[in-house]
Amino acid sequence: MAVEIPKDSWPGSVKEVTLGATPAEGGTRSRTVTVGGETTLPFMHFEAPPPHPPAIAIEIKSRRPQDWSPLLGELWGAAMNAPAEWARQAEDADADLLVLALDIEDTVDDAVAAVQSVLQASGLPLIVWGPGQAEKDNELLVPVAEATKGERVVLGICEDKNYRTIVAAALANDHLVQARAPMDVNLSKQLNILISDMGLPLDRILMDPTTGALGYGIEYGYSVMERLRLAALQGDAMTQLPMIVTPGYEAWKTKEAKVGEGVPAAWGDWQARAIYWETLTAVALLESGADIVVLRHPESVQNVKQAIANLMTPA
Amino acid sequence: MALTGIQIYKLLPQTNCKECGLPTCLAFAMKLAAKQVELAACPYVSEESKAKLAASAAPPIRLVTLKADGHEVKAGNEVVLFRHEKTFYHKPGLFVRLKAADPDLAAKVEAIENYTVNYVGMDFTVDGFALQADGDLAAAIETVRAASKRPLILIGEPQALESGLGALAGETPLLYAADSSNWEAMADLAAQHKCALAVRGASLDELADLTEKIKAKGVEDLVLDPGLNAEGRRVNMATWLARATQIRRLALKKNFRPLGYPLITFPAEHQDGAGEAVHAAQHIAKYAGFIVLDTFAPELLYPLLVLRENIYTDPQKPIQVQPELYEINAPSPDAPVLVTTNFSITYFAVANEVEGAGLPAWLVVTDAEGMSVLTAWAAGKFDAERIAKAVKDFKVAEKVRNRTLVIPGHVAVLSGELEEELPDWEIRVGPREAVDLPAFMKQALQTA
Ligand code: B12
Ligand code: SF4
Repeated sequence: MAVEIPKDSWPGSVKEVTLGATPAEGGTRSRTVTVGGETTLPFMHFEAPPPHPPAIAIEIKSRRPQDWSPLLGELWGAAMNAPAEWARQAEDADADLLVLALDIEDTVDDAVAAVQSVLQASGLPLIVWGPGQAEKDNELLVPVAEATKGERVVLGICEDKNYRTIVAAALANDHLVQARAPMDVNLSKQLNILISDMGLPLDRILMDPTTGALGYGIEYGYSVMERLRLAALQGDAMTQLPMIVTPGYEAWKTKEAKVGEGVPAAWGDWQARAIYWETLTAVALLESGADIVVLRHPESVQNVKQAIANLMTPA
Repeated sequence: MALTGIQIYKLLPQTNCKECGLPTCLAFAMKLAAKQVELAACPYVSEESKAKLAASAAPPIRLVTLKADGHEVKAGNEVVLFRHEKTFYHKPGLFVRLKAADPDLAAKVEAIENYTVNYVGMDFTVDGFALQADGDLAAAIETVRAASKRPLILIGEPQALESGLGALAGETPLLYAADSSNWEAMADLAAQHKCALAVRGASLDELADLTEKIKAKGVEDLVLDPGLNAEGRRVNMATWLARATQIRRLALKKNFRPLGYPLITFPAEHQDGAGEAVHAAQHIAKYAGFIVLDTFAPELLYPLLVLRENIYTDPQKPIQVQPELYEINAPSPDAPVLVTTNFSITYFAVANEVEGAGLPAWLVVTDAEGMSVLTAWAAGKFDAERIAKAVKDFKVAEKVRNRTLVIPGHVAVLSGELEEELPDWEIRVGPREAVDLPAFMKQALQTA
């Protein structure tokens, strides 16, 4: 029986966004990473091959984090004390991109020095997050943006309450931004509109729909991503941006990943469970449309790399 | 997929005799399409039309139920491609595969049977066993049945499977698998013993051919394995995703019966480097009905069971607990009072920490419409007024002697307003994360 395969064809498509700039393009990166460009749902090769594989970013911090799981502390060890060394090791661990999260304790000089040391240590394109507190984000990200002019760094994280200063810094220094809205199609759209109204072209915005870890709200993030991607394919311009999500951050703050003692035996081996927690959160989000996943553990990176290689090759 | 009024009209006698109580056959057809009348009201519908109408009313993906004494695992009867469109209904059954010839079979069955893990108040277990008929199947079934009453999937060639089926009278196991070489014998076996039957093929064309032939032999509870290529190896993730999606679309959008069945998967068999966990996660997200694992490991099962629960949660209503005053570790009137919301994940995060640490406490669970602390706060469902109302409604002051109320660290901003709402109480801001609650209670509150 010859089964006729139903194929979807969509009026809309996702914008391509390129992170980083090589010397020829005015930066210093050894290569750039382009994501997006999809014209159909994730990995539907029989309709249209996905133009770019999803990228994996490894998250590092400007200072040794105090609240990360001890498993990550043991793993990265002394590298956590020096962002440059941490960046080098993250590159060796097969990251496509780096996220450097600045710390609330950082001065402007600390932040700029950390970013510059990372740019020197690694040729990967860079995403820089402020500490996550509006005033401090602005205080640190503006000088960082100026010191890295032309590198096409992604500055984050823009939210509805705090995006103007970050977007202005991106505009003035040829950077990109990460726009985060809390798990809601309309809020994502709204923020993208506000940012593009300031004059930042859509191909310099990554959309962060917010996610939750496995067991802690992943289902909301999963469905919002599916809905955003469907809206993009249906032609809604303000949703046609590649999606970046943070399964590493979310998974590693769960009790399952953080705590090894005094937990039920049915949770099994701590380290293996923690890595599964991060890996499975990321894999589910790839299936629902993630273009960039930000991870923390090299073994999850390897697992997710394999999944991506697999999903990119119809066989 | 249901027929339209016009499609139904074409199946009616078109005589407009009015005996159904409606002026025309078309009017009757329209009412039938809207499910406002019963087909039986027309005495003149041909047998052929009746069969067609009945078939069109059947669910586009057949519901297949594996049964054993007291346990059932259902798959199929799904109605959407994306969970946000309605919900996914039947969680894929998670089975663990064991070998009939395994000398440690009894011990393994017992360990798997006893596995249970609690997630936000729900106990999850493995759903059943898959037995590979590489030895004496009848003896292996006896061993399994000595420790477990869960449904079975039997894997092997027809003769091997037949030897075991005598022991399973009254049950509905799943036989794996019919293919182009053995389908007649498999179909006979499934018909004779009233089993469900898995069908495997290297393409959708081949699968559709096989299901039609097998259905013609009277076996209707079919399950598809679309995961093999022409060389008999497992396809990779991209191909699996494409096939699973195509099958789901054909069933739901085209009402294509030959592929309107649930899917079975074997995540460990895909030798493409991605690993069992990653494949199983894909199968949970994308459309599997039965998943056969080769690894029994708590650290793997727990995340898979949670992922399955999350994907199959009804997106319309968050999982929630009853708002009330909960007692943890038999609190005395002097034990501290904690406040949280009625989102299940939030409630259990807090309750489990305090309970696990052996600390007695009163837990005021406010009605925040099933939202987490920050979500509810941002949505105006967890504010000073609501907390104060809960404290009054649950008569906390009558049951508790001390007047210290601990609020979540994430909503520290509420403390001022709350002091005004509850002037007799001292409002304390707790830590942000529940993990840090026991330490906070021991130090800041000096709870023994
Ligand atoms: C899942 C989610 C949703 C889901 C809802 C899930 C639900 N049923 O609650 C959906 C998608 C529907 C949603 C909607 C919204 N959300 Co929302 N959401 C989240 C998300 C991703 C996770 C929340 C979660 O489940 N956490 C897990 C639970 C267990 O955490 P928790 O309840 O806080 O409990 C922990 C602690 O508070 C503590 N704790 C709890 N109780 C107690 C008690 C005591 C005494 C102590 C000491 C500690 C303690 O222990 C727990 C474990 O550590 C967060 C972002 C994030 N990643 O955290 C945003 C987030 C909470 N949402 C946010 C917002 C703004 C919204 C919306 C208002 C957006 C909008 N305008 O539509 C809506 C509101 C809902 C509505 N109007 O209907 C914001 C809140 C921002 C803020 N600080 O005000 C957040 C932080 C996202 C963000 N960064 O912007 N959201
Ligand atoms: S009873 Fe049947 S044949 Fe007669 S009008 Fe109604 S539908 Fe038509």
